[in-house]
Amino acid sequence: MTGRGKRRAGTAPVFPARRRGAAARPAPKLPLLLLLAAALASGFPAAAFAIAPEISPPAPPPIEPPTSFTALDRPGDTGGAVLLTWKDPPTLPDGAAIEILRSEPPAYEWSSLALVKPGAGKYEDATAADGKLYRYEIRVQAPVDAATGAARVSPPVVSDSVSARDNWFRTGRENSLIASILFVAIVLISIAWARSGHEIFIRRISGLNAVDEAIGRATELGKKVFFIPGIQSMDDIQTIASIAILGFVARSTARYGTDLDVPNKDPITFVSAREAVRGAYLAEGRPDLFREEMVNYVTYDQFAYTAAVSARMVREKPAAIFLIGYFFAESLILAETGQSTGAIQIAGQADPTQLPFFVATCDYVLIGEELYAASAYLSREPVLLGSTRGQDIAKGILILLGLAGVALASFGNTWLSSVMKTQ
Amino acid sequence: MNFDFGRVALVLVLAVVPIIGIALGMRAPALRSRIPILIGIFAGLIPIFSLYIPKQFLSGPTGMSPRLDQWLIILAGFALLLGIVNVVQNNSRKISRREKGWFFAAVLLIGLLVTSAFGIWGWWTKMGIGFMPDGSPTPFKWVEDRFFQPLQSTIFSLLAFFMASAAFRAFRARNTEATILLIAAGLVMAGRVPLLEFLAAPFPPLHPSASAASQFLGGLAERIMDIPNGAAQSGIIIGAALGAASMAIRVILGIERGYLGLGQGE
Repeated sequence: MTGRGKRRAGTAPVFPARRRGAAARPAPKLPLLLLLAAALASGFPAAAFAIAPEISPPAPPPIEPPTSFTALDRPGDTGGAVLLTWKDPPTLPDGAAIEILRSEPPAYEWSSLALVKPGAGKYEDATAADGKLYRYEIRVQAPVDAATGAARVSPPVVSDSVSARDNWFRTGRENSLIASILFVAIVLISIAWARSGHEIFIRRISGLNAVDEAIGRATELGKKVFFIPGIQSMDDIQTIASIAILGFVARSTARYGTDLDVPNKDPITFVSAREAVRGAYLAEGRPDLFREEMVNYVTYDQFAYTAAVSARMVREKPAAIFLIGYFFAESLILAETGQSTGAIQIAGQADPTQLPFFVATCDYVLIGEELYAASAYLSREPVLLGSTRGQDIAKGILILLGLAGVALASFGNTWLSSVMKTQ
Repeated sequence: MNFDFGRVALVLVLAVVPIIGIALGMRAPALRSRIPILIGIFAGLIPIFSLYIPKQFLSGPTGMSPRLDQWLIILAGFALLLGIVNVVQNNSRKISRREKGWFFAAVLLIGLLVTSAFGIWGWWTKMGIGFMPDGSPTPFKWVEDRFFQPLQSTIFSLLAFFMASAAFRAFRARNTEATILLIAAGLVMAGRVPLLEFLAAPFPPLHPSASAASQFLGGLAERIMDIPNGAAQSGIIIGAALGAASMAIRVILGIERGYLGLGQGE
């Protein structure tokens, strides 16, 4: 804003104004008239005799403002953010930046939010409060003019009022949602199909066939069965699968009267394991055989737990050891110690990082999905078998999609791989 | 308002309803057994919904899903108390009955009591469990540094020896699969270790050949790891992910009840 009567920056007057109140001096009129007459006579332009102006730099070209400026609630978020988008002007001075300002009620005074480099085209204001109305202004800010010392900014562009809010759908996950719905539908249809009495084939899993063999051996030898449910809590799906298998193992030990030992590292897993074992003994009609110390808590520390369980293996020499659940570095220490005691070892893990250790040291290993199929395989419940079949159908579809993706990508078409990407 | 709604909904669904259910189920065991299934269903659905619905009451920093994680920590605290009681009971019984290994049970109980006492003393005197103002360790820290950490490191270091013994057993060429494993392992090890350069070190004329051969083996090892090994791992991961999803559906629908000690179809 320039005040009335004030000189605008960069527009110095060609002729300086006479100072008000200055006394007029008497001018020597005769020589001046003579000179003028001589000049006119000789054809000289009058301008040549005018008083020289002050030297002033040319005014810099005006800066164009950004265009297509919008301020909207950031889509698909939990609120607290406004997304600003714009297009940079076609020409920008060197070192220019886009300044973003925000005004908020009740004062509606502009405060600077950020300076964004040209080319960004968008800015997320993550400091906005939900439900509060804001207005945003952007303008191009160029470096201070060296000649005049004046700040150079473009005319501002102001947005409409906008407020942040939380949304009902997280954008970028449409493909994941569709895939999940399809998968759930396939599993439910398979369960319904199994419930209707159809026979479902499930391939032989030698690790699960060996469960009875291992418990039978422990019964014959009069030794313990060790079941180690990993070191993770019940928020890990592998631990849930492990506890489900523990239920079947406990039923067998209850049936044969074999001693069972379940040392735990995680306290929540410990409580769940105890309930699973107690339930199994009750279901087999042998609550008298269940003892609280069968399922016991050791410690929350990973290696202290490993040391305690390894020591127990060495001292008590169990006939069968189940290492089923989520294991980390302790997997090899436990499995190798168990191997040294001569016990039958059945391991199960879905994470490939520890699988080689189990393969090297255990007699049977449930690899990946076999761990999750165990409860269906052992119980032969049609409902569980149906869900396993649904899982297999989904896997078949994924294999076909993978092959199609490979084929398309080989011909330079990445449509399928881009469709599969999720945020 | 959103914040309040999430909190109230969570308390209702996972606390009030189960308590009422348990109270009602005192005379109806069938109803009582359904309460854990209901809790499992809600606890399973909330994180899934929060993946797709970014509403504050569900997915915000104080929404139902993050609050559920906090509840898990609180639950773990109570479960840990149960665990400690179990440790004391089991080991006291071992000592009193002079069972096999009772001496170790005594050591465990002494360790538990002494460490707990130092921890409680640190809290009582406001000294904490780290360092004192003069920089010297508190008794708790002293026990941790002098006993706990060295013992922990000792157990972890055993891994190297167990790895060697397991590798020795796994790499015996008993059948075709084991032979393939042996060859692949040999190539990967040769590619990852600069063995040829080491062997050729005393013979300068062999240096270029050793370097080239080592480079070739390194490339081969990378290819073995990236292509056959990577493909097999991807297969296991995809299968396991589908299995986990299928298991999650079974848990959420209340079909899988083994983890609750209920058995199937009860």
